[in-house]
Amino acid sequence: MKPILTTDQLTLSYGATPIIANLDLVIPKGKITTLVGANGCGKSTLLRALARLLKPRSGAVLLNGKDIAKQSTRKTAHQMAILPQGPVAPEGLTVYQLTKQGRYPYQTWLSQWSVEDEKQVEWALQMTGMLPFKDRPVDSLSGGQRQRAWIAMTLAQDTDTLLLDEPTTYLDLTHQIEVLDLLYDLNEQEGRTIVMVLHDLNLASRYAHEIIAIKKGQIYNQGCPEDIVNEQLVQDVFHLDCKVIPDPLFGTPMCIPHGKGRHIQRQSFAAIGG
Amino acid sequence: MKNTRSRLRNRSLFGQFHPPTFLIFLTLFFLCGGIMIVSVGLGEMKIPPLQAGLALLGMGNPSDEVIIYTLRLPRLLMALLVGASLAASGAILQGVMRNPLSSPDIIGITGGASVVTIFFIAFLPQVATSWLPIASFVGGSITALLIYSLAWKKGASPLRILLIGVGLNAAANGLTTLLLILSPLYSANEAMVWLTGSVYSSSWNSVLTFLPWALSLLALSYFFSRHLNAQQMGDEIATGIGQSVQWYRLITILVSIGLASSAVAFSGPIAFVGLMAPHIARMITGPSFGRLLPIASLIGALIVMCADLIARTAFSPLDLPAGLFTAVLGAPFLIFLLYRSGSKT
Repeated sequence: MKPILTTDQLTLSYGATPIIANLDLVIPKGKITTLVGANGCGKSTLLRALARLLKPRSGAVLLNGKDIAKQSTRKTAHQMAILPQGPVAPEGLTVYQLTKQGRYPYQTWLSQWSVEDEKQVEWALQMTGMLPFKDRPVDSLSGGQRQRAWIAMTLAQDTDTLLLDEPTTYLDLTHQIEVLDLLYDLNEQEGRTIVMVLHDLNLASRYAHEIIAIKKGQIYNQGCPEDIVNEQLVQDVFHLDCKVIPDPLFGTPMCIPHGKGRHIQRQSFAAIGG
Repeated sequence: MKNTRSRLRNRSLFGQFHPPTFLIFLTLFFLCGGIMIVSVGLGEMKIPPLQAGLALLGMGNPSDEVIIYTLRLPRLLMALLVGASLAASGAILQGVMRNPLSSPDIIGITGGASVVTIFFIAFLPQVATSWLPIASFVGGSITALLIYSLAWKKGASPLRILLIGVGLNAAANGLTTLLLILSPLYSANEAMVWLTGSVYSSSWNSVLTFLPWALSLLALSYFFSRHLNAQQMGDEIATGIGQSVQWYRLITILVSIGLASSAVAFSGPIAFVGLMAPHIARMITGPSFGRLLPIASLIGALIVMCADLIARTAFSPLDLPAGLFTAVLGAPFLIFLLYRSGSKT
């Protein structure tokens, strides 16, 4: 396993109390890695630190072996693109103009726009299926299209690594699958490393090569979903009683929570049906 | 995937050319020219447009040329420069603050400039009027410095800048009123006129002093447009695409403050242009700065030139301050536009 993003004794805090303390983390290159965990466990905080949106209190985040705090943010932007949670575009900004922003780290005083920039933007719009919408204002789009437009911006950045914080939040099931399929294709066809925070453990198990389960700011377990996602993990990390079975379509782990709900007896169901 | 060689070739200096925006730019440009020809012709001595145009080109009759060149043209050029500067300043602030209500008058820049200027007008009348612009510029800059240092807390967030600016603006307005009350009666009137904002006293001297400031700051803001575009995406996205967020926030706000306080220095706080012109421009061009800034500047110039034309001629022989009309005519116009476009802002 070749690492692309690692942390070295990383400590993060918003105020005085640390949220994550002395964490050593390794994220493999060319894979889809998903951070999962309960609300408030520190997974989004960790992703923000990996994305250099949060400065570590101590320790370091290393991208390709180099401390991101010690290299220019512009140089980091050539290697890693990020999509924070729930970004808002200025009113009236078109999809094309939004996607163009991804070329920012390549522009300089003397050369504002190049054929290469144009090609990358075209490609990003094509890849995300946003080409037909390129002149539409971002705020006029549906949630799924809007998220794809933002992903197009990060793709235009032409980086090997892509970090996304809950890219499927606020999306209906269809659009969740659409966005995750897109990320899966990007990894499969282009070999890009994708690191994301996801809430849905079942979708995480299905799309990710590697799951990192976070509990109280520490790594509870890390590995291939079929190896680590089981009843014990769900109990320990999410405090949820559940049964884990193989997904009938994909064979990946699928978690079915216990708890309350209507119980339909198979027989009586069949009887009514028959 | 990464093709560095083609990246080095085929670069263009000015970003992308956008024909519709250029057409709008040309239209507004000629509209400005038209207003100018009409405006230099109107006044107590009326000069027909054709003659006025000829006189502007130095081919008219000598008495027209005297009136136009010594009286009306410097005032008109001042209106143009002041309008363009205030509009660009407002456009930058609205983008950087990500807030459509920001403008140099709201975050206290013009308020701070006013306090210092009124102090000079009221209590040190022996100081030559040519020093007033400097006093006002210093006042604006001190306020800006105060806002920034008070807002700084591991970086300056737009919301903190805005709130502290609004607070300082209130304090500045209070101080200005206090100074007006304390000042001798004869100077209070002069101070009131200055406070409304007027290009009344513009001379070639003041135009030529202001011109390099206005032009260089306007050019600078245009060259910052892609950084401004990144700024208005918000801190997280701007960081993600590789911008040094705090650094460019400081620089662009400085440019905006420079534009506003130099304009206020020469004309007084002409109200509402910094808020209104960028809004009107954004309805035409959208929020992308490469297009927004030139259009907003021209619209700002048009607004102040029209306001001064009305102020100068409508109640003749009374010569009213232009600031009266930017607010009285501008506010309803903006509300009308917002109402018609059904815009959310």
